[in-house]
Amino acid sequence: MSKTVNRRDFLKTGGVVVAGTMVLPSVLSGCFAGKQAVLPMHYDLNDYLNHFGVTRRLIAEVLAEGLSRGGDYCDLYFQHTNSNSIGLEENIVNRAASTVSFGVGIRVLKGDQTGYSFTEELTPEAMKSAARTAANIANASSFARTNPFQDRQFSNFYKINTPWEDVGISRKIPALEAINEKVFALDPRVRICNVSYSDSASYILFANSEGVIATDYQPMCTIGASVIAEQNGRREQNGYTISKRMDISMLNEDYLNWIATKSVEDTVLLFDATTPRAGRMPMVLAAGSSGILLHEAIGHGIEADFNRRGESIFSDKIGKKVAEPFVTIIDDGTIPHMRGSINMDDEGNPGKKTVLVENGTLVSYLHDRISARHFKVAPTGSGRRESFRHMPLPRMRNTYMLNGPHTKEEIIKSVDYGIFAETFTGGQVRIGPGDFTFFIKQGYLIEKGKLGAPIKDVNIIGNGPKVLEDMVMVGNDLAMSEAGWTCGKAGQGVPASMGQPTVKVSSITVGGRNV
Amino acid sequence: MNNNQRMELARWVSKYALEKGATESAVSISRSRSVQVDVREQRLDTIRENTENSLTLMIYRDFKFSSHTTNNLDRGQLEKFIAGAVEATAYLAPDPDRRLPDPSLYPTDLGRNLELLDPRQAEVTPEFRVQNAMEAEKLVREVDSRANVISASAGFGDNLNEGVRVHSNGFAGAWSSTSFGLSASLSIIDGTARPAGGAFARTRFLNQLPSVREIAEEASRNTLMQIGQGPVETGKYTMLLDNRVAGNIIGRIFGPMSARNIHQKNSFLLNKLDSKIGSDLFTITDDPFIPQGLGSRLFDGEGIAARRRVLIDKGVLKSYLIDNYFGRKLGLTPNGGSTSNIVFALGSRNREQIIAAQERAILVNSFSGGNASALTGDFSFGISGHLIENGKITRAINEMNISGNLLDLWNQLVETGNDPFRFSATQSPTLVFADVIFSGL
Repeated sequence: MSKTVNRRDFLKTGGVVVAGTMVLPSVLSGCFAGKQAVLPMHYDLNDYLNHFGVTRRLIAEVLAEGLSRGGDYCDLYFQHTNSNSIGLEENIVNRAASTVSFGVGIRVLKGDQTGYSFTEELTPEAMKSAARTAANIANASSFARTNPFQDRQFSNFYKINTPWEDVGISRKIPALEAINEKVFALDPRVRICNVSYSDSASYILFANSEGVIATDYQPMCTIGASVIAEQNGRREQNGYTISKRMDISMLNEDYLNWIATKSVEDTVLLFDATTPRAGRMPMVLAAGSSGILLHEAIGHGIEADFNRRGESIFSDKIGKKVAEPFVTIIDDGTIPHMRGSINMDDEGNPGKKTVLVENGTLVSYLHDRISARHFKVAPTGSGRRESFRHMPLPRMRNTYMLNGPHTKEEIIKSVDYGIFAETFTGGQVRIGPGDFTFFIKQGYLIEKGKLGAPIKDVNIIGNGPKVLEDMVMVGNDLAMSEAGWTCGKAGQGVPASMGQPTVKVSSITVGGRNV
Repeated sequence: MNNNQRMELARWVSKYALEKGATESAVSISRSRSVQVDVREQRLDTIRENTENSLTLMIYRDFKFSSHTTNNLDRGQLEKFIAGAVEATAYLAPDPDRRLPDPSLYPTDLGRNLELLDPRQAEVTPEFRVQNAMEAEKLVREVDSRANVISASAGFGDNLNEGVRVHSNGFAGAWSSTSFGLSASLSIIDGTARPAGGAFARTRFLNQLPSVREIAEEASRNTLMQIGQGPVETGKYTMLLDNRVAGNIIGRIFGPMSARNIHQKNSFLLNKLDSKIGSDLFTITDDPFIPQGLGSRLFDGEGIAARRRVLIDKGVLKSYLIDNYFGRKLGLTPNGGSTSNIVFALGSRNREQIIAAQERAILVNSFSGGNASALTGDFSFGISGHLIENGKITRAINEMNISGNLLDLWNQLVETGNDPFRFSATQSPTLVFADVIFSGL
């Protein structure tokens, strides 16, 4: 998992820019004849079919082609994404980029075996050829049938008023300038401010051989500042980013001020930062982004692709006690406007809320289609993919822990010597051994029950199941992270988020420097 | 579409952008075709066939700059795309350093053959891929009968990448390259833990790949050696860095060497040109001309001619990585903002000989998470590996961190092996660092 705070990550997630009333004119504008009055987030199924230039009949033909070698299931994932990014450096907005990505991914399953292909040309010939390629996973004479289509409707967890296609670059630039101005006004020690911005809108049309056909319009907006400040010759760098499934209303004064304030405060704090002792000690995690602990310590380990193959350290733990009774952990695609929310997953299932750990007991994995069939359970709405170029896998959405019985104050007070972790840059886990890490960008020492000197740049490493057992106190102050987290797995990045109340872990290995 | 047709399309895009109002333009068009086959339990697990097209247009309009990428190469659609892109650029702020590279920086000889294209790639059949993956998967689970195997997998993949680049001030270049990959992995039960290990090789030519047996044995060994892993005491240890993962640490120095970070004063290498930043053993060269090299090239992503350059000589920083835009900002001649193949000055012993010479040390062969600050050089990474005592590996280690400062670390480099890693553009040997802080128990 990494945060989209640097420029390269932004460009990776960012995309198109535009002008006047339209950002980039849609590459598909020819398809909209007679339908211009309908905004994309209000498209019905026929609008999506027109958008991609396909018909129900053609989709059925391509699905049939996918099943022509004996596969037992086929799905098509049409995607059109326009993305824009803009950058401010040295007080001017002098960089913009846009990306148009368009195509269909075709997947054929034979049991738990997968054939996958995609095409960027949506002609009948190109799609059928790609379907025949994916069909090669199977080699049998029996043919599965394609069912008649039934349009699936979903709740909308990211209602917006203005589609990104209607917002020109000139309406976005002032937001970057406002953050820059505020950052320099806040503290004379600021030397450099870089502001990065990106937005994107994806049109998704999904259809499968079981007759499911469904659509989604997925907006995203990310804006953040990276600051370098200097004091007595010492320089420090930090930043703050907000990313949500929102429209232009995200560029409001409150958010812009908050980004500027946090990025300056979190940078100048580092002038006084020290390094903790190396070795094992208690750790208190601040409410909010510290949900990265859940993401790494347990989240990946209970993605069911690892578990259907028995490769995860959690493979034999369903129904077992894994944590104290006050620990309940949830993965939720239904939180309004959160970065990891999805109206439908990338296998045509509705976005859902899945309880993973209930009162200390592991109750569910996160499933994709293959694992749900393997374990004979209902889909959890967590089959996700980076784009039409990738096959879906079980993935997290927004992962968080519910409130517990303790207060932040009593948790800090209980620690004699340890660390308080507040902001993070990323983490990683090894699924089988269960050791996971996350990197603390900034936090505090705790000495004799009180917050002490700031700390920075420390890696934490622990064992997932062990750390779950060692969560000895849970606060009552759950907060969600609003940062631009992108979760990586098998070469695919998907947007995700997380949250947590204040939590105490009784002992964990801290990568300090004082031996 | 072949490269000649791509070149024709790129010239048209470049010209059309100028007609629509761009002052200068740069266009690249590429296609990547890859096939990957993965096998599990002697059955096909996945087959993936990908063909991706990409067109990127960079527009300079009165010193205003923007970049636009699409995968739709239809000329009718491209006309709208280009017009919109040029129009959008007008809204940005002008910056006198936003210009194409000076033509004197472009390569003069594009005829040199770096041997990046293996003609055998076109002849690879689906059966061949499946057979290689099947055989590797079979071998990886056969290698040691003591192991309690949960699952094994193996994969074979190949790729053909072709493309062209055209700049409106005179540059036009093309490339074609192939690559092949062979991998195997194993997952076993060890008490409550389920260690997994693997091996992977990537090469430009098919005949450079190791045998499936070599890959399978390495994967199996890497997994079995993790049995019983756990942390050891916190303290200072000699660190041996496995040549396969050394790139994770070496790569951390290139960001701070970039002209962007130097210009932004976001680098611990600021004002360090021609200064000592590491021990006498630390010598690395960026060599773009290695035949069949994974990082080899004649020009970089800005059309700037590739050249062989010593980056660090006996611990002295000899060069920054200077791209076009930040080179102009710094008043330095651009020499290429990215690296190609990284080659080390080698020592005289291989990994086994180095291990045998250690009294007490930790061999790091895997990194997990962590970060390093480009500004301060402070780093902290999770690791796993092996404890070495009296010249022998005595136990498996995981759940530990290493921490320190990159400048200190490179000054603690006390030995380089004679065993450069062949399957990466970073051809690091085994590296040995004295007195590294490990946190564990």
